Amino acid sequence: MSWIALKMLTGNRGKYLGIILGIAFASLLIAQQASIFCGLMLQTSGQIRDIQGASMWVMDPNVQFSDDVKPLSENDLYRVRGVPGVSWAVRLYKGLTRSRLEDGNFQQTILLGLDDATLVGAPPRMILGNVFDLRKPDAVIMDIEGYKLLWPHEEPRVGKRFEMNDHVAEIVGICKVSRTFQTFPVVYTRYTQALEFVPPERKVLSFILAEEVQGVAVDEVCRRIQEQTGLRAVTGRQFEWITMLYFMRKTGIPFNFGITVLLGFIVGTAIAAQTFYLFTIENIKQYGALKAMGAGNWSLMGMILLQAMLVSLIGFGLGIGAATWFGTIATAPGSRLAFYMPPEVFVGTGLAVGAISILSSLLSMQRVMVVEPAVVFQG
Amino acid sequence: MNGDNAQPLIACGDVVKVYGSGNAEVHALRGVNLDVYPGELTMLVGPSGCGKTTLLSIVAGILRPTSGGVLALGTELTRLSSWRRTAFRRKNVGFVFQQFNLLPALTAAENAAVPLVIQGYSKRAALRAAKELLGKMGMADRAHNLPGQLSGGQQQRVAIARALVHHPRLLVCDEPTSALDHRTGHTILELLRNIAIEGDRAVIIVTHDSRIFEFADTLARMDDGKIESLERNRTGDRALIA
Repeated sequence: MSWIALKMLTGNRGKYLGIILGIAFASLLIAQQASIFCGLMLQTSGQIRDIQGASMWVMDPNVQFSDDVKPLSENDLYRVRGVPGVSWAVRLYKGLTRSRLEDGNFQQTILLGLDDATLVGAPPRMILGNVFDLRKPDAVIMDIEGYKLLWPHEEPRVGKRFEMNDHVAEIVGICKVSRTFQTFPVVYTRYTQALEFVPPERKVLSFILAEEVQGVAVDEVCRRIQEQTGLRAVTGRQFEWITMLYFMRKTGIPFNFGITVLLGFIVGTAIAAQTFYLFTIENIKQYGALKAMGAGNWSLMGMILLQAMLVSLIGFGLGIGAATWFGTIATAPGSRLAFYMPPEVFVGTGLAVGAISILSSLLSMQRVMVVEPAVVFQG
Repeated sequence: MNGDNAQPLIACGDVVKVYGSGNAEVHALRGVNLDVYPGELTMLVGPSGCGKTTLLSIVAGILRPTSGGVLALGTELTRLSSWRRTAFRRKNVGFVFQQFNLLPALTAAENAAVPLVIQGYSKRAALRAAKELLGKMGMADRAHNLPGQLSGGQQQRVAIARALVHHPRLLVCDEPTSALDHRTGHTILELLRNIAIEGDRAVIIVTHDSRIFEFADTLARMDDGKIESLERNRTGDRALIA
């Protein structure tokens, strides 16, 4: 019966394409919006991923996300170093500061102060200059996008100067960083240098970066740090999730994207279900004839389900394909669009399309189930 | 065939069919008795709403009567569950519909193969049998045409091939000539009568078309849910119409 079902479906090209387009539209909208949401969430934790070289982040227990800095005391650093299983621990400064340009304009920048001795957390991808040039006086490394924002008409170069907190900073390197949620320029410098670029405060240590002793589980070391110091210790991956979950819980971003995804689902279901139902109604006498000739309800339901699955599969493929194409454009160099399609989005969209397929076919199945074979004798 | 010693293929006894209930009750059949013999062409005629189609549906195992009995091929249809009646139709009944009811996306051969596919035959085997039958009906060159590319007469031939492909003992036809011109209608009736005689099948036709009454072996005139008169047009064996 399956080939009859498929021929019936593809024989009506208008409706066949209409259902596919409805599902493709829903699939595109769900996958694209979910991927943009994932892209935005990734941006919120981009700086955590860029700080490499340490497995653990230690922070004030009340920190809620990566930009929620609650300074620690210097003593906390030494206490962490004293926890059994900690191989080493270094300082990290993270904060917002104002940069003053030659023309007198100001621009908010994200300032990262790295441990003077080790430079742990230095930018992983340098475009110009060398990380070790940070050891020069007043030296900073700026991200390429930030540079273009501050000096949009200039080619990136080292040697460029600007001021932070009335201190001159000289760019000794240009790096590439993950895009941040705030989109401010990112400036790297040494920890002691960073303290000169910001107004003085009693406590300035933002985070402690630490590494476990080889052979000791990182989660166990985190647990010991928390137990012995009262500070919060998490892995980089855990800190990423803490940050992303904060934005999910505390902002309307998931809700707004969720509405669009839901709309895509509803509109897709409505278009697909309506067109599919009309297709069934158009063929109701044929189904009646098949029933009269001895086709059982299960066979007919199987036919409808097969038709729904086929259009869903094609629609899903087209929708995901279009979303991926959009993603290719969105993630091209120079693009400012956020887009990240993890496997979960692919699977989730597939499940949503599966649900659309089932919902669409339910109405049709119900109609065919109740149709009397005697309908074929009605003129 | 319809001699004194012939056994009816179908025997309807005091069949009553009531639609709806209470004030909306409609008595479609009011105690119908009818025997249908193999090798014969039985016509149910009468005005619209007299119960012809209801009787045809009951005889074919589509509808269940409100009361009375229908013994078809030795099986009491009224005692069968819906599922078993479906199985009965699948095996024993061929249908020819007024509007042909061919699937527009399927070729003539594919349409004719449908009952075999419903029975579980492979597509290849079903198509082979369908094409063979279409060939016998002079439709070999049209086997790959879609219904939309066929004339009314050709479509009805495909519909008849579809009704016969699984070798049913009973053929039920609803107004088989109403969508055809007079000449094509006669050709179709000749074909149906030959089918009845050759295959020792019972063919039941519901019709308004008085021009084809002459083909009937038994003519049951119905009115108001009852058989008003029963005319038998043949008494002995007949030759096939060439």
